[in-house]
Amino acid sequence: MPGLTFEQIHQKLVEKFGDAVGPLSPPKKDPFCVFAAPRLREICRFLKDAPELYFDFLEDLTATDHPKENLIRVVYHFYSYRHRHLFIAKVELDRKDPQVDSLEPLWKAANWMEREVFDLFGVTFKGHPDLRRILMPDDWVGTPLRKDYVEAGGYLGISNVRDNPLDLYLNMDRQVRAEKAAAQPPPAPSTSPAPGATAGASPAPEHKAES
Amino acid sequence: MKELLDNLILRWGHDPANWPSTQGVYLAGMMLAGVALTTFGAIFAGLLSWWERRVAARIQSRIGPNRVGPGGLLQFLADALKLIGKEDLIPSSSDKLLFRIAPYFVMTGFVLTFVVLPFGYRLSPSYMNVGLFYVVSITALIVVGILISGWASNSKWALFGGIRAAAQVVSYEIPAGMVILVPIIMAGSLNLHDIIRAQGGAPWDWFMFQTPMGYGAFFILFVSLLAEGNRTPFDLPEAESELVSGYNTEYSGMRFAYFFTAEWGGLWVSSALLTTLFLGGWQVPGVSIDTLTRWEAAHAVPWWFYLMSAAVFLVKVLALVNVIVWIRWTFPRIRVDQMMTLCWKYLVPIGMGLVLLEALTEVLSFQIFGEAAKGQAKPGSARDMLHLAFFLIAGVLPLTAFLMKTFKNIQLTGDRVDLSNW
Amino acid sequence: MSLDQLILTKFGADADHEMILNMGPQHPSTHGVINFVVHADGEVMRKAVPQVGYLHRAIEKIGEIVTYPGFMPYTDRIDYLAAMFANEGYALAVEKLLGLQIPPRAQYLRAISCELNRVASHLVSLGTMAMDIGAVTPFPYALRERESINDLLEALCGARLTYNYHRIGGVAFDMPEDWMPLCRKWLDHFEKILGEWDRLISFSEIFVERLAGMATIPAEMAINYGLVGPNLRAAGVDFDLRRDEPYGAYPDFKFEVPIGKAYAGSHRGGQIGDCYDRFYCRVLECRQSLEIVRQALDRFPPGEFMAKVPRKIKPEVGEAQSRIEAARGEMAYYVVSDGGERAYRVRARTGSFLAMGIIEEVSQGLMIADLVALIASLDVVAPEIDR
Repeated sequence: MPGLTFEQIHQKLVEKFGDAVGPLSPPKKDPFCVFAAPRLREICRFLKDAPELYFDFLEDLTATDHPKENLIRVVYHFYSYRHRHLFIAKVELDRKDPQVDSLEPLWKAANWMEREVFDLFGVTFKGHPDLRRILMPDDWVGTPLRKDYVEAGGYLGISNVRDNPLDLYLNMDRQVRAEKAAAQPPPAPSTSPAPGATAGASPAPEHKAES
Repeated sequence: MKELLDNLILRWGHDPANWPSTQGVYLAGMMLAGVALTTFGAIFAGLLSWWERRVAARIQSRIGPNRVGPGGLLQFLADALKLIGKEDLIPSSSDKLLFRIAPYFVMTGFVLTFVVLPFGYRLSPSYMNVGLFYVVSITALIVVGILISGWASNSKWALFGGIRAAAQVVSYEIPAGMVILVPIIMAGSLNLHDIIRAQGGAPWDWFMFQTPMGYGAFFILFVSLLAEGNRTPFDLPEAESELVSGYNTEYSGMRFAYFFTAEWGGLWVSSALLTTLFLGGWQVPGVSIDTLTRWEAAHAVPWWFYLMSAAVFLVKVLALVNVIVWIRWTFPRIRVDQMMTLCWKYLVPIGMGLVLLEALTEVLSFQIFGEAAKGQAKPGSARDMLHLAFFLIAGVLPLTAFLMKTFKNIQLTGDRVDLSNW
Repeated sequence: MSLDQLILTKFGADADHEMILNMGPQHPSTHGVINFVVHADGEVMRKAVPQVGYLHRAIEKIGEIVTYPGFMPYTDRIDYLAAMFANEGYALAVEKLLGLQIPPRAQYLRAISCELNRVASHLVSLGTMAMDIGAVTPFPYALRERESINDLLEALCGARLTYNYHRIGGVAFDMPEDWMPLCRKWLDHFEKILGEWDRLISFSEIFVERLAGMATIPAEMAINYGLVGPNLRAAGVDFDLRRDEPYGAYPDFKFEVPIGKAYAGSHRGGQIGDCYDRFYCRVLECRQSLEIVRQALDRFPPGEFMAKVPRKIKPEVGEAQSRIEAARGEMAYYVVSDGGERAYRVRARTGSFLAMGIIEEVSQGLMIADLVALIASLDVVAPEIDR
């Protein structure tokens, strides 16, 4: 793409902010760099306003949960329509109490995206004008997209666990067959085995095998 | 109708003035007429729903109801039966008395107009001297009903619909009432039958083509009646995509059917009014007013004239109803403030101007033509030639252009005119 | 506290001057299940607050549970009206992670199916917009044309709505033998239908008057709020991913990118970025899509329709982002891989989600009828918002 490359943008950021900007990750497909959480807004303001960078489009704002490293990483994708270049940055937050400055004053697009991260990951964005749940119901308990999220077993009395419908049908089928077999008269003690007995006997083992 | 009943009493050998049961016969006659007219209104509403659904479907490249009865003709009966059989739901938080009363206001306002509407030559229940005034005032009951239903439903969306409807209908009464003065001036009477008699059978004898003011008045009245009847492009009160059916959201079953009937039967009333005032009513082309007066003087109006006049009236009303249906399925809806702007900033001043100009024209016409200015123009007279010229310019030319454009549009899409699919 | 008072305190409303109305979640003209809490002062709105989440199906969470190829049908449901794009975005992201090269025939098939789907999606959008404004007839016309597209796509991949056609590495099926002449025939027919559409509704006086100058979103505001796709272009920003950051087969095609130019006309109060611009940009985009499909059919390359992909897709540790120009704007997929069979995180950022964020701001001072027009012109669909 035209405009600056990842390395050049990263270079400019390091020149301006020193070690608040982490190293560019090895080019694992999409290189990113980690910003220091306390200086996030400054760095982003520079990204947005500096004429050679001019990232006017906050393309994506999301998060990833890393329980093994005890981190929640908030991922930012920036894009500039003027220069046609892209930049990816991350902020690493403590998993117990993830808080970071909100970017809403800079890009209004962050408004809803930060609400979504708050809703699904539990990250608090300081300075957000209206931080409340967006996708989940207002009285939902829990942050669903975290790796250790366990469902509460129901919402407002509606259970979220149900039997596998195949099992339900199997049970219904078994019940109907049992009733039919019980209603049939007992087979007459003749020489050949009664057709009812063989007919009743053969499906049953198949059922037992399936269940 | 009074004469009809008097004749009947005379045939039974009683003197209407002295017979004690005269009033009873009158009452029975009136009730019969009322039932017949209400039935006519309801059946027409039902048949119009069939027609509208078929026409709408063909406009939208689909078929429409075609299962119940031949060509879906009995669909409206099936719908009526369904509506009658539905549970009568009254929202618990609504104002129950008003909720129940509202449909009756609307139905009354609708049915009472049939008292003066002509169906043909001497085919109307009464020949009120102030028939036109009566029609305009009685249709105001409908807006009362709509407002009550919007309020009583105790639902914000219904209230929205009711208020919008009230604003709309009341606003458009003004240009309608004003522009009705134009045919009144031309005919010199408020009696609907006199207005028809002042016109003629041929299209250039209609009030619409007699003067440019009549032409403009026709279109203004057309728009105003569309607005009063809550038809697209003025169907804001029941804007389906915004208000989920507006003031009749909470109504179900027969109560909803009342609103329904009143709205669609009201199309007959609007079209009949337009036909009476501007399109020559029941005047049969070829039978001039002199012939008619001669027949009346000799008490020898032929039976086929009654039928022909009714048929002519029916054809004109149905044509107008069809145009209204076409308009509904072609145009989008205008917004509340645009509707108000149209009414108050455009239609009212133009209507006033038309009335003034028409009054001037009448005075001038008396100056120029003298006695021949009154009533139907004699074929071949100067006034008749004027009418013919205006008809050709304002009637034939636009219609031809419209038809040519239609055929060109059809050709441009690579389609063809195919009526076999109906 | 009575229910009315509860509602007023919850929404911070001014009891004497505002009425709180709920538009939705079941409503004939919100596009899907979306709720709008409208603070209305008579017919004029103070603001309209959208409430979303009724169609949240946790698709991103499911992305962590199913395998990479197994997630493809779920992407259809992210935007079921323009499912091909969602498929392609995900496939591109995973292919980036795997470092796969896609054979040109597959790229062309992807482009053709996507452009046809773009037309189909725009038809639904335009038809419902016309219907919301009150003209019911254009909607069946749009659906009638969309039926032909559905038939073509059904011949291609077997499904009419949720196609699951693109695969990681290419596409699922090759083009059937007699598909190309049928497609060309339909392309010619649809050009004429677009003309009819313009005559019927695009230039209809009442329609233009309803939309001209309404809810104008200027370019800076559009960029700041993150609008994408036709919404952004109608605001005047000349950006289209297919031309400016091309992917797949798009470098081979020449097409124009319609931008908002106050098509309603200044005598009606039309401004760049009003509702009518957003509407008409979509109409023009349909035409450009036809152009692209024609060029693709003319140059259709032979070869494989699927690259060599390992049986178990296990990309190396890393993350990849792919951006495609979907029907409703730019859809960005962000896939994080931890080396296993299942993705660590799948994120689909859709255009409708960002478009919803602007409604509260732009709706101030509009009338309720205009709110309907605004929502329709932004072309939001609930599945894209809620995923």
